[in-house]
Formats: sequence, structure tokens, C-alpha cells
Amino acid sequence: MEKFTQHTGVGVPLRRSNVDTDQIIPAVYLKRVTRTGFEDALFAAWRGDPAFVLNQPAYAAGSVLVAGPDFGTGSSREHAVWALKDYGFKAVLSSRFADIFRGNSGKQGLLAAVVAPEDIELLWKVLETRPGTEVTVDLVARTATCDDVVVPIQVDDYTRWRLMEGLDDIGLTLGHEDEIVDFEARREPWRPLTLPAKHLPPVEIEAARPVPVTIGSPAGTSPRP
Amino acid sequence: MAGTLAEKVWDAHIVRRGADGAPDLLYIDLHLVHEVTSPQAFEGLRLAGRPVRRPDLTIATEDHNTPTLDIDRPIADTTSRTQIQTLRNNAVEFGIRLHSLGDADQGIVHVVGPQLGLTMPGLTVVCGDSHTSTHGAFGALAFGIGTSEVEHVLATQTLPLNPFKTMAITVDGDLKPGTTAKDIILAVIARIGTGGGQGYVLEYRGEAIRSLSMEARMTICNMSIEAGARAGMIAPDETTFEYLKGRPHAPEGADWDAAVEYWRTLRSDDDAVFDAEVVLDADDLEPFVTWGTNPGQGLPLSATVPVPEQITDPGDRLAAERAIEYMGLTPGMPLRDIAVDTVFIGSCTNGRIEDLRSVAQVIEGKHKAESLRVLVVPGSARVRLQAEAEGLDRIFKDFGAEWRNAGCSMCLGMNPDQLAPGERSASTSNRNFEGRQGKGGRTHLVSPLVAAATAIRGTLSSVADLGPDAAREPELAHA
Repeated sequence: MEKFTQHTGVGVPLRRSNVDTDQIIPAVYLKRVTRTGFEDALFAAWRGDPAFVLNQPAYAAGSVLVAGPDFGTGSSREHAVWALKDYGFKAVLSSRFADIFRGNSGKQGLLAAVVAPEDIELLWKVLETRPGTEVTVDLVARTATCDDVVVPIQVDDYTRWRLMEGLDDIGLTLGHEDEIVDFEARREPWRPLTLPAKHLPPVEIEAARPVPVTIGSPAGTSPRP
Repeated sequence: MAGTLAEKVWDAHIVRRGADGAPDLLYIDLHLVHEVTSPQAFEGLRLAGRPVRRPDLTIATEDHNTPTLDIDRPIADTTSRTQIQTLRNNAVEFGIRLHSLGDADQGIVHVVGPQLGLTMPGLTVVCGDSHTSTHGAFGALAFGIGTSEVEHVLATQTLPLNPFKTMAITVDGDLKPGTTAKDIILAVIARIGTGGGQGYVLEYRGEAIRSLSMEARMTICNMSIEAGARAGMIAPDETTFEYLKGRPHAPEGADWDAAVEYWRTLRSDDDAVFDAEVVLDADDLEPFVTWGTNPGQGLPLSATVPVPEQITDPGDRLAAERAIEYMGLTPGMPLRDIAVDTVFIGSCTNGRIEDLRSVAQVIEGKHKAESLRVLVVPGSARVRLQAEAEGLDRIFKDFGAEWRNAGCSMCLGMNPDQLAPGERSASTSNRNFEGRQGKGGRTHLVSPLVAAATAIRGTLSSVADLGPDAAREPELAHA
């Protein structure tokens, strides 16, 4: 993961609350099997509206999203974070984030920082009055600066450290593998295993449509459905 | 020290305690996988040359993308087909058990786990799906994760996590006939809001919860995420043990006895302290429906669409204005006057056998309103087979409903089961977000009983609206 200490880019005021992950990226775009290429899917339903903020030239190249409360609610889809990153966003500021979204952001190096609602309002006012104004998000100083407005941002210490160091979680955890092995030795035998598979009793299933007879198949047999 | 249910399960899974603000490293007992949130995780393992640490604690199903018609034919949508084929390839490559389309154990991941007896009290359960909270109905700590975390669990069978706060939601009293678990949870979300549970594990308790079946408890825990909570839990009891005993993966013999002895300790101590508490009375509950575009925008069916000018909080007022416009409603109109085009019965919230039985009881011998289509999508292939063994499919077909194969279907419209722009549904699913069931689609979240009554009358209705005959069935109360 890339290290994140400070970023400066055009601020985008998104004056909406409860921007759920279905708005950030609708389910039809989740069928891809790659981790990139989701920029066209970001806010797909709203992108058709000429008045939508990202359709205004001054904001189109934005990289700091300033959103209303409860950003990222709903599904666990990390595609929401990928879509924001692929579009070019480096940071999202909101007064409240959904837990899973905030967690996913941290894993992917997208800064999701909490800013007090009245400070969000201050940022919105600057960004709406002077479209294209840049916001500097400083993880070291824990501030967001936009013209003469400087507001504190909150990020938990652990996420901040990981972002600033650009650390990969899996690597960190595998450093404690001996402790995982010890834990596994203590697990009780009643805890379930998925393998070998056990099943519910078999059932007779009637074909939904007539099974075609294959020429040459022995009498009494039919092709496997 | 006295502890809550959630704290007890958490403490029993700490591999390594975090110091100085670092998260605890938690062991994961059961990892459920599906086709949508896993391809990039497997790709990550492949790139790093890492194996799946515990294939024997991992199980996969195909559910989000799968068609509900013609399931014996190649999937028509090529991107869906690729995603499902990718899961099949990954399952073979990494040695993971997969229940594919057409397999009798295929179905929505949150229906399949409990059905196989893999979901048990005291486990940690994760899945790359926010409705993993469903499994909390057994007294498991179960929560949704993102794809990076899916990769992390595949590689290490653990997750670094900061402890959650705890919230007790006590539901006293008894549900009235015609009201269900779905009405309880919609009322809870309307009360605390879509962000009210953020950072919390909700523990549902009280008389009304105790008297619910396991399936109804799953409906409640399922929608915990809709209140923003990571997980919902219900302490295990005799109902839980009875449901589990004899299921394919339930412990047997001495293991069963040891498990039950431990499971009985899984309850919040009398003097345990919760970070927040909410109390509701089930006696006051009516059938609940949503009018807006988030699950917290719900009201009793007898209410009217809110008038934004009367809402004092400016944020809520703006959200209500936007929702009413999107939903095509008139402020002040009775919710009962809302006519729908589609009734969807299914999903991980209400796609289990008891849900289908409760719908069948209401509609038996009747015909759907001419103006609408009715889709019945069982939560798993087993639920479908069970329903057919009971003759429920006949009741649905005679009613004029479409009887489909198992999957997530119209709950999120990743397969062809979608609403057209402007089309309106009464849906037993869990999210009424803009475009959730298809671009431009309008969703009203309802219970299976309200869905059934609505399908008969054509407008949002309760069973009581059907007249005295329909409301008399006493077993409807806990459906």
C-alpha cells in the first residue's frame, strides 16, 4: 500500500446524507472480477444528471470528497472504495461513516476522516462559493485546510499509523503465526468443520422440463441434467 | 467481571490482545464465501503465493448473481457467468467446498449456513456480505467484511479488530396477530435510525424475542446492519438447541453435550453493563412499512406519508423531500393507498420456509390482484424442495405468483430479476435504497404477511384488511 501523509486536491461538496453503497456503486457493476476499472461506475445513477456535482467542470477532477453524515451505509462491497479510488479520490470527509465502509477504506489507502458537522458546513460553503478550491488533508497534523478554513480531522491512531507507514495487514498478522497455531491447538472439538462435507438427506428431484432422449443411449438411462 | 454476550464471544476468540490502541487479533470459526466479494481476494492470495489457511473452516455458495429461471442452462449474462465461473475455479484451486447452482445445498449464503448446522452459538462468523449479521440469531458473533478482509481471513483465519460497543434492545410483551419479527426490526431501525447502531453490537432480548422461532430471530438479526450495527445477537436457548440438534454439521454425542453446556453460559450476565439501551413494547406494534429510500424511513401501515415541512431537523427534512420525490409519493397520503406493481417474497431476510408458509396461509384459495406480478424466490434450493414437498408451490402458482429457483434475486437485482424504472415493489427484503432493485425502481420494505395481503389487494395492506377470516390464524403471530 502507498504511504499517505498529506494530500492536496480539488474538494467536492456532496451535500447529501446517507449516501449508501448502492449509490456509490450500484450492484450491476459488482460483477467484475478485477480490483480496478470501476471509475465509470462511481455514483452511476447520479452521473446522468447534468446538475450532479461531478458533472460540473470545476469539480470533475476532484480528489477530496466532502460528504454529509452516514456516508457508506449499507452493503459491505469494497467496490465502493475501489470506485472512489479509481475515480481519483484520495480522501473522504464526513461527520459519520458506516463501520464497514470506513474499515474497507483503511485497508485500501483511502482516507476516511471524521469531521464535525459544523466544520463540514464550513468546507461546503467555501467549496460551493468558489468551485475548484483545493483542500489539503494532513494526516500528520490531523487537519483539513481549505482556503482560510482549517478544521480538525479524526482518524483512529492505528489506521493513521498504518496509512502513514503504508502497511499491509496480512503481512502484519502473519508475523504472529505462532500465536495463531497455539490458538488453533486450544479450539474445542465441537466447533464445526466444513470439510469433510455433510449433507441433508438426498431428495428425489423431478426434471422441470422433459429430458431429451439421446439416440444410442441405453434404455432406462438418461443424460445427467 | 460481568460481561455481555458479545464480550464473552469476543474474549473467547482473542489470539493476540492489541496494546496501545492496536486492534485485537480475533480467530474466525466460520468463513462464508460467495461469488461477488471473493474474486479479488483470491487474486490477492494468488499474487502473494499464499494458500487458504483453513479450507475446512470455509464454505462457498453461488447466490447474488444466479438466475432464478432456467438454471440448467448456461447463464445468459456473460459477466455474471464469468464471475460464477471464477468462483468455481477458485474453489477448485484453493480446495474450498462450493455449493453451485443446481446443487441441493445451493442458496443464499445466510440461509445455507444455518440449514447445514454450521452456524452455532459462540462462533465468530464472517462473510463478505453485510447481512452476515443474520447468524447472530444463534448467539454467534457474526459480521460482514470487505474484500481485503476476506483475503485476510482466507490467508490467516483471523482478523484484526477493535472491540465493538454493546447496545441492549429489549422487546417486551407479545406480538399481535398479523405482526411479525420483520415489524419489530423495522420499528427498531425507525427508532434508532440508520446510523444509530454504528460501532455497536446489538443484543436483542426480552419476552417478545424469546418467543420467536429461530427463523424469525434470523430476520431480526439480519437487519441489524440496516441500523448501522456491525452485528446483532440473541442469546442461545432451548429454541436454538432444538433447531440445531441433528443438523448435518451439529456436534454429536459427547461433543454435543460439551457444546450445550458451554452454550448455556452464553448470555449477558444480570449485572452486565451495556453502552446503550433501547426498550420497545411488542404489544404496541403494528405492521410496519417503509415509505422512503433508507430502511429507517418507516412507519406503521396506518400512518401517512410524512410532510417534510413538519420535520424540524433540516437534514432529515431534506432527506425526506428527496425520498418522497424519488418514491413518487404525495406528502400526507395514507400509506394504505400506495398501489404497487410487484410483490417480491424472498431474500436472506424473509426467504426461509416459515416465511413461505406464512404467505401461503394468507393467499391459499385466493388470486393475486390483476395489476401486479408476484415473485416468490426461496432462500435456498432446500427451502424450495421443502416448500414443494408441502405443496406450497401449488398454492403460489394457483394464486398467480411466479415460483422461482433460489438466490438473492430481486433483493439487489444483480440477476435479471429487477424492477423497471418507476416500477414500485412491496418487498420482503432488507434495503429500499434508490435503485436497489433496479435503476429507478421504488421499494417498500414489508413483512411476508403484508406482502401477501398487498398481493391480494394491490395496495399496501395488512392481513387485517382482508377481513375477519384471514386474521384468525393464531400461528401467524410468530411467522
